[in-house]
Amino acid sequence: MSGASKPIAVEAPKGLAARLRDPRVRGVLFQILAAAAFAALIWFVANNAVANLQALGVSTGFDFLNQPAGFDISFSLIPFEPTDTHLRVFWVGMLNTIFVAALGIPAALILGLTMGILRLSPNWLVTRLVGTYVEMVRNVPLLLQIFFWQAVIWTLPPVRNSIAFGDAIFLNKRALYLPKPLFESGMWFVIVAAAAALVLAIILSKRQRAQRDATGAVPNRWVVPGIIILIPAAAILLTGVPWSWELPEAGRFNFSGGIQIPDTLVALWLGLVVYTGAFIAEIVRAGIQSVSKGQQEAALAIGLTPRQTMNLIILPQAVRVIIPPTTSQFLNLTKNSSLAVFIGYPDIVAVFAGTSLNQTGQAIEIIGLSMAFYLVVSLTISFFMNWYNRATALVER
Amino acid sequence: MSETQNYAPGQHPDLAPPVMAVGPVAWVRRNLFSNWINTALTILSAALLFWMIPPLLSWFVLDAVFTGENRQACAEASGACWAVVTSRWEQLFYGLYPSTETWRINIAFVGLLLAVTPWLAPQIAFRRQLVWFSLAYPFLAFWLLAGGVGLPTVHTGQWGGFTLTLVVGVTGIVASLPIGILLALGRRSSLPVISMLCTGFIEIVRGVPLIMFLFMASNMLNLFLPQGVQFDLLMRALIAVTLFSSAYMAEVVRGGLQAIPKGQFEAAQAMGLTYWQSMRFIILPQALRTVIPGIVNSFIALFKDTSLVAIIGLFDLLNMAKAIVTDADWQGLSIEVYVFAGIVYWIVCFSMSRYSLWLESSLSGGHKEAN
Amino acid sequence: MTDQSRTQGNQTAAIAMTGVHKWFGQFHVLKDINLEVAPGERIVICGPSGSGKSTLIRCINRLETHQRGKIVVEGVELAEDVKRINAIRREVGMVFQHFNLFPHLTVLENCTLALKRVRRLPKAEADKIGMEYLERVQIPEQAQKFPGQLSGGQQQRVAIARALAVNPRIMLFDEPTSALDPEMIAEVLEVMVDLAKSGMTMLVVTHEMGFAKQVADRMVFMDGGEIIEVAPPSEFFENPKSDRTKLFLSQILDH
Repeated sequence: MSGASKPIAVEAPKGLAARLRDPRVRGVLFQILAAAAFAALIWFVANNAVANLQALGVSTGFDFLNQPAGFDISFSLIPFEPTDTHLRVFWVGMLNTIFVAALGIPAALILGLTMGILRLSPNWLVTRLVGTYVEMVRNVPLLLQIFFWQAVIWTLPPVRNSIAFGDAIFLNKRALYLPKPLFESGMWFVIVAAAAALVLAIILSKRQRAQRDATGAVPNRWVVPGIIILIPAAAILLTGVPWSWELPEAGRFNFSGGIQIPDTLVALWLGLVVYTGAFIAEIVRAGIQSVSKGQQEAALAIGLTPRQTMNLIILPQAVRVIIPPTTSQFLNLTKNSSLAVFIGYPDIVAVFAGTSLNQTGQAIEIIGLSMAFYLVVSLTISFFMNWYNRATALVER
Repeated sequence: MSETQNYAPGQHPDLAPPVMAVGPVAWVRRNLFSNWINTALTILSAALLFWMIPPLLSWFVLDAVFTGENRQACAEASGACWAVVTSRWEQLFYGLYPSTETWRINIAFVGLLLAVTPWLAPQIAFRRQLVWFSLAYPFLAFWLLAGGVGLPTVHTGQWGGFTLTLVVGVTGIVASLPIGILLALGRRSSLPVISMLCTGFIEIVRGVPLIMFLFMASNMLNLFLPQGVQFDLLMRALIAVTLFSSAYMAEVVRGGLQAIPKGQFEAAQAMGLTYWQSMRFIILPQALRTVIPGIVNSFIALFKDTSLVAIIGLFDLLNMAKAIVTDADWQGLSIEVYVFAGIVYWIVCFSMSRYSLWLESSLSGGHKEAN
Repeated sequence: MTDQSRTQGNQTAAIAMTGVHKWFGQFHVLKDINLEVAPGERIVICGPSGSGKSTLIRCINRLETHQRGKIVVEGVELAEDVKRINAIRREVGMVFQHFNLFPHLTVLENCTLALKRVRRLPKAEADKIGMEYLERVQIPEQAQKFPGQLSGGQQQRVAIARALAVNPRIMLFDEPTSALDPEMIAEVLEVMVDLAKSGMTMLVVTHEMGFAKQVADRMVFMDGGEIIEVAPPSEFFENPKSDRTKLFLSQILDH
């Protein structure tokens, strides 16, 4: 090659053109445009909304929350009358949603854990059965599964021919009737005793751990569970079993008394638990399999039993991988409870964003409040998940 | 113990393993009866199967009635009344589409299969022509289904059944992927305004159930548009489902982008590629390949979510099934209709997940690590 | 467990394998293995990949099962008996190619886990023993760190300390340096040489021929699932008898 080479040919930028080719200037310009477009969109939408609302004669603002609702709700955890306000409707709906989620999440977790562990068993028949369950449930819409469970419940006998379990539990196509516990004054003592037992159990297990560190001997495994069971049991006996049962009584058309769990809640709960359980099963299976085989081999090689290997080596590592996606599934279960509107269970979507909205026409406020509720739930769960991830992260370089 | 012949070192032939160690007997011992827990589980599972399968078989097939005009036809049989499905299959598949025009849906369906093929099986013959066809397909399909020029108009309110499910599902799937990619890129952008807008959108959409967005589409969209502008019901459902799914797709794609080593971005920059060029040729192909399972899961979820459009009055497959269940002729036969709908959904979703497994394995063929 | 004296020259072998065959499905991976290892002896097993070397030593602590033949470790025959297998595993230590340290425990906890849970020692005593072995492999200052914070060579040394801490009579090494960057191989080999000098019975699968020459009492060459040649290093390297051994040595020593 000869001595001097020609420089790369690019025109030197001049004036405004120079500014526009600066990537930083471009960036700022682009953002200003985006923000302006967004603001314009908001303004356009808001303008239309105001005009349309005026034309329709619909009021704005949150006063409607103090107006009487004028309709009844078929199932509620707190007392509700049609003369109660829309704000109370919101609370009832919210509580119903939380109720079905609170019932569904532990059940789905237990089902998912069991199925996930069974899926890993060396038994070919069992793994195929669980695999079939998972593949069937994951590929069919949840709504369809909920309808299916409702159809199954409708094959139960009508009220007058209810299936009875003794005098206490009745099952028919309308509802599941359970006895209602009526607590007497002695119950406080039992609750305090249970709390004390819990605290004692925590203290004792810490003590046992310290003792094992000091002497090396294996601590008695029955002490802690024993305390948790025996102390409250003793308290119950001492106060002479401080509760009685209100049994469901057969009336002419229906039962009265007792706890009534409507068929819609049962169908919704069954659908949510079976569906979410399948996803959790896959998460559990993948989590346990994600721990490399070498870990198990190393544990066995230093003489740990298979049980110790699972408890000390595999599970601690697997749990880290399992918990984040599982909390995601819990969130999904809570959001999916909104399908209640299709089968008549009065959750927040059905009563507030449904009936209240129809009555008052104030769509923006009502949908805004309902979305706020779900956002608070999901942000709380995300927050917990982020905290958990940070707290248990494996320390690396 | 068999022959203990002594072979010279290096001359030992490959022998067959002993019978008890390998083969069906050993397999049964190892997999079904290795210890007492296993044996108990095997017995329980076999009992469960024996308890479940014969009644299911007789309900499904042996005692079932396959044709008839109404409930009476099945009154004596103890098995499933599939007559409800066979006599209403037109509604289940075509909704309320006029019977004389359903041939248009059939052509559109064949067209769909053709349009999808070049994207699923890149080695197929005539790929270029099929790709052009697939780009023109949306317009072709719309014309076939809706009518207008040369074909009698069929209002979208009459579209229903499996056809409607496909329309919502396919449109949602095709549209949510590019929108999701843009959202993911936007979220990772170094420009704070873009990043905040995209993150806000994604987090809000993911925190709220799809039903709320369908409610918004049916109740609030009217308020936000200038007076007199009306959106077709189907269009509203499409917008809600697509935007909803895009947010989830965005998170999946973001995961894939995060897995790309920083060196790839730097190499692309060093080559003088612009942002969009490096995305298109270097980064996105790798990122998308990594998260194929996540993308297909997102598609499957979208397809299942189409069942929710019933809430705004559209008659997709599931809502159609529900309507038939309440029909006077077929009172009380909910299980058969739902099972049939369930089978249809299952076939589509299961095929998608199998395809994703096949795609993963065929793509990783080129990525096998040297061992 | 029968009482075995550890001194050299004792009659009873530490490991005795007779007529051992193993199959992976239809694949005949170990063919008629006959090998006796005396207490305190150092055996280096080498051979091309796929020859069954790792499988062979993994049969000794029952990480793999053999289908035919007899394996007797320290007087106890390996069979489908959980108690016997556990007893053998307590006397046989293993070091893996990929270290397999427990990432959620500290370095010291990795070493003391078996002491606390299997031997049931008090924590203070276990920690003392653990620190002794960490000093022996020359990384006592890393005791409170987590494996993810250490280099490959350091992790493998911790793995050796972890295996030694339970005081085994036999140590198995499955390609201990194959996963290490070249500059870290030396520190691990140093620890292994030191261990050999202390009189530990060792079976080492490795490609490090320099180490083998220095430490091995006998070389075992495997190919295609069979033991082709067994000889002391002097004989093995200068005067290999089998053609296959010669081929292998030429490939591995001349590159």
